[in-house]
Amino acid sequence: MMKGLKKWRLFSLLAALTVFLAGCGQEELSTLLPAGEVGRDQFNLLMLTSAIMLLVIFVVVTIYVISLIRFRRSKLGEDHIPEQVEGSHTLELIWTIIPIILVLIMAVPSVYYTYKLGDVSAMDAVDEDGNAENLVVDVTAKLYWWEFEYPDLGIVTAQELVVPMDEKVYFNLIAADVKHSFWIPAVGGKLDTNVENVNKFYLVFEKDSKDLKDGVFYGKCAELCGPSHALMDFKVKTMPRAEFDNWVTAMQATGDRVADTAVSQGEELFAQSCIGCHAVSAVGESGAAGPNLATFGDRNRVAGYMDHTEEDLKNWITDTQKYKPGNTMPSFTQFSDEELDAIAAYLMGLSVEK
Amino acid sequence: MSSVAQKRGFGATVYDWMTSVDHKKVGIMYLLGGLFFFILGGIEAMLIRLQLLTPNNDLVSAGLFNELITMHGTTMIFLAAMPILFGFMNYIMPLQIGARDVAFPFLNSLGLWMFIFGGIFLNLSWFFGHVPDSGWTSYTSLAIASEGHGMDFYAIGLQIAGGGTLIAGINFLVTIINMRAPGMTYMRMPMFTWTTFVASALILFAFPPFTIGLFMLTFDRMFGANFFDHTMGGNTIIWEHIFWIMGHPEVYILILPAFGIFSEIFSVFARKRLFGYSAMVFATVLIGFLGFMVWAHHMFTVGLGPTANAIFAVATMAIAVPTGVKIFNWLLTIWGGSIKVTTPMLYALGFIPSFVMGGVTGVMQGAAPLDYQLHDSYFIVAHFHYVIVGGVVLAIFAALHYWWPKMFGTMLSEKLGKVTFFFFFIGFHLTFLIQHWLGFWGMPRRVWTYMDGQGWNAANYISTIGALMMAVGFTVLVINIIITTAKNVRVTNDPWEDGRTLEWAVPSPPPFYNFTQTPLVRGLDTVWIEKMEGNKSGFTPSEPVVDIHMPNGSIIPFFMSLGLFIAGFGAMYRAETTWGLTVLILGLLLSFIAMSLRSVKDDLGYYVKKEEVLRDLKSKGGSN
Amino acid sequence: MDLNKKFTPETWPDHPEQATLEAKNKFVGFWIFLAGEIILFATLFGGYLALKNKGPSGLEFSTQSLYELPLVFVMTMLLLTSSLTSVYAMYHLKNYNFKKMQLWLAITAFLGLGFLALEVYEFTHYVQLGFTYSNSAFSSAFYTLVGTHGFHVAVGLVWITLLIFRNAKRGLNLYNATKYYTFSLYWHFIDVIWVFIFTVVYLMGVIG
Repeated sequence: MMKGLKKWRLFSLLAALTVFLAGCGQEELSTLLPAGEVGRDQFNLLMLTSAIMLLVIFVVVTIYVISLIRFRRSKLGEDHIPEQVEGSHTLELIWTIIPIILVLIMAVPSVYYTYKLGDVSAMDAVDEDGNAENLVVDVTAKLYWWEFEYPDLGIVTAQELVVPMDEKVYFNLIAADVKHSFWIPAVGGKLDTNVENVNKFYLVFEKDSKDLKDGVFYGKCAELCGPSHALMDFKVKTMPRAEFDNWVTAMQATGDRVADTAVSQGEELFAQSCIGCHAVSAVGESGAAGPNLATFGDRNRVAGYMDHTEEDLKNWITDTQKYKPGNTMPSFTQFSDEELDAIAAYLMGLSVEK
Repeated sequence: MSSVAQKRGFGATVYDWMTSVDHKKVGIMYLLGGLFFFILGGIEAMLIRLQLLTPNNDLVSAGLFNELITMHGTTMIFLAAMPILFGFMNYIMPLQIGARDVAFPFLNSLGLWMFIFGGIFLNLSWFFGHVPDSGWTSYTSLAIASEGHGMDFYAIGLQIAGGGTLIAGINFLVTIINMRAPGMTYMRMPMFTWTTFVASALILFAFPPFTIGLFMLTFDRMFGANFFDHTMGGNTIIWEHIFWIMGHPEVYILILPAFGIFSEIFSVFARKRLFGYSAMVFATVLIGFLGFMVWAHHMFTVGLGPTANAIFAVATMAIAVPTGVKIFNWLLTIWGGSIKVTTPMLYALGFIPSFVMGGVTGVMQGAAPLDYQLHDSYFIVAHFHYVIVGGVVLAIFAALHYWWPKMFGTMLSEKLGKVTFFFFFIGFHLTFLIQHWLGFWGMPRRVWTYMDGQGWNAANYISTIGALMMAVGFTVLVINIIITTAKNVRVTNDPWEDGRTLEWAVPSPPPFYNFTQTPLVRGLDTVWIEKMEGNKSGFTPSEPVVDIHMPNGSIIPFFMSLGLFIAGFGAMYRAETTWGLTVLILGLLLSFIAMSLRSVKDDLGYYVKKEEVLRDLKSKGGSN
Repeated sequence: MDLNKKFTPETWPDHPEQATLEAKNKFVGFWIFLAGEIILFATLFGGYLALKNKGPSGLEFSTQSLYELPLVFVMTMLLLTSSLTSVYAMYHLKNYNFKKMQLWLAITAFLGLGFLALEVYEFTHYVQLGFTYSNSAFSSAFYTLVGTHGFHVAVGLVWITLLIFRNAKRGLNLYNATKYYTFSLYWHFIDVIWVFIFTVVYLMGVIG
């Protein structure tokens, strides 16, 4: 009997835990499973405010339920005339002062974290040799895709942000067309990309994205920006510093790709039709009309959200408006199936990690 | 115009309503207009939820979805919630202060017709195939980039409707300042009148900036200005500030009258004086004041800098204090009372937990660093629906049931009312509670679809089921209204039997001059005081029966608004057609001529003769 | 209300603009309307200050190069004087001297018309220089702020013209006294706004 009860207890505990965990969402995009310092600060603030607010709800509901039970006319009789109380200064003072105290308890950490998270003074710090001490990424949001430039490293990529772990990564955010908003839910709060000014903030990534379901964190556009706002996703790869340095070296080496003569049909076709908008070298200028494809083969998605298969890639190329309404890439219907296969194969081969 | 019902043709009846300046008729027209747009906005909401029922759904296209969310938000706020509340303010507030009409009956009618024509203008966009698609906030980089005439419909439609709102606000302010009956001091005014007063003051200060913002948008889109084009030196953040300087007080413009409605209902159905009346008044005024200090909390992620964010964060949290005072005062009103759970009371009781939940999530978002996560996620969708549906819409439904007998002389079915509440209330929580978690799980708002595999499927499914339940609830309400109107069982002055304020001392519905004699007000809840002292009618007159001065009806407001409506189309098509400019000028000319006519033609009103008033009094059996 | 009731300066009330409930409503309502107008202009001022001298790269106009204070000074004097003449008109309204009131209001209107003519001249001059409405954010903000004020002046002129002609034959009564009075309030309001425009736009533009 006792044993059964214990088992039942254990079971209910497990059930509660499961519900709780399910309530936390998925690791790669849930704010409730923070994977970095900024997100954790915000999560702690969430816990603090939720606790206080649940207390308020509890008090209100208690008084509410008691009065509902005690003071029903069906109990007191139709003719009962209650005393017409004007009010009570003591009570009113109590429920003015206690909320003020509660608000203060929340206000102090809010103000503290506002300043802490808004502090980008170390962004431009340089060491004795004039090299930047911190990694800075310039983010440009464009109609339904994201460009990431590493100005101090001289490389550009798109759609998939690659960052080192356990250090502050600073971001310069701007939009090229209409306003967007840069959000990596699991790592930290969002900041808008305005059209007229650069916004700056930092994030810290503390979890290796390798351990995640798709091997990436999910990034979102959080500001309505047109028909395909919902599809303006990007992905984030985090890795230890040493791995990141290797990645940077490999990226810097892609500059040679431009010099090579075409070796495949796919590359030739790409050079004829696509290179005007899409670079395949990570070295160079930002501000291209289309996403940089230097690391296309390493990426997790086609067009930011479609499965990373040759099939979906071909679908995308031939009918861009169907998959991302309102985006600026024209549909390429002139290719034969064979040519499409060649382009897809070429793109899938663009890699710095393999 | 006579109070004796005459057999009239349909055309004459329509003309009578079109030209009416009677605050009761104007109020009913506001109500009908608002309910019509409420249904439109509701259909849009259902389509939104059905699209989000499953991942990768393609019930509506991406472009259409953006049009739906834009029109849903704009319609519900400006064309449904506000006009419906205006309907109640118009009908009830003058009765509560013992006035025979509002201060400016002509302007009252003008405000109504501007709202109607503005609303029609905005919704005609569906027929032109160019629908606003940049969200109800219409942030300008997107609104300027938006192709077609969609955003033009938004800018001009809201400009016309917004003008009507401003006129109504000024009118209510002057009515309350100047037209209170003898003895009705400010601190004896019913809570609904007080909240009308404060909400009107908010309108006065919130809508002029929006007028300018909409003009800027109009000029940018149609007349070559560069306010928001950053390549020409413009700045889109100006729009965000202007929009939220209007947009935040707007929320209080909606919720304060809702507070007023619930204050009345709690006190009537608990048979107890509102607890801490003066604190309630003070809290209302304070909320109104603070409402103007917090607009930038909608812009925490815009990059205003930590100092601005910190200031606005603290100011936002501060609003929790007066709001908390209100909640506890309501609780203490029912504490020790004699609670009768009628349909209006049921809504009021449902309101408390719902609104508290919406309020506390508001405070959470006030913590700026936390808001970086919550902003523009589904959490915020959940939050503002909790305050607007859980606060304003519940108040509207409560007021419909509560004042229906006063307005139409017959009671809505209590049984069906409770069925409505049951479906709507459960559906509401089902729809929006889970959306808090969708926000936590990383779902941005305003997404037309979502991919599978992000853990959002079940929650979205539940949410849509809830939305359908709300639709069922509303349908029952409509059925209730139809059945009630068909049955038409007449009621007396005070059908709830516990009425405390002056509207319950006049017949249901009241005669067009409201009061045969202006009442004398002897305290807060004056009708209750009279009844407790044995005066069954609840009414003490302050004057003998005399001739009553009433305003004349007029068709001019209709034509003034029509002129603006026509001019709007001219402005929109000015650049691309040859007739655009002509139509613009003709429309403005029509408005101008109508206005000049009003200015030049004397309108002194007329008198209802004493004998006629006495005859009415007699036919009602002598009681007032 | 009886429009034909004859008054003498002795029987004419001290505050004719607030003698009836309708009049009192109009009086209070108009003050409240002006409060809304203040907010409206405050928004325009805010927009102007944010966009002042802002334009595409290489914008050739600035407040310093554009504004000509002497012209604006004349405009200011015209409008300030018209405010004074409208005070005279109100003085005669209170004393039930209809003819003199009409005269001073006509002078007010003429001064306002002079102001408006100069403003039209100023705008055309700027446009000829190439400073068109679409030139830059600065130009849009300038024309919208100053133009909205100018529009208010024009509305005031139409209003007073209608009043003067409509009542020319029948003189003062308690019905139109409020109309005259609120016009005068409106005219002062326009004047105050202009003082702010003169300071914020022109003086601070040239000197600041």
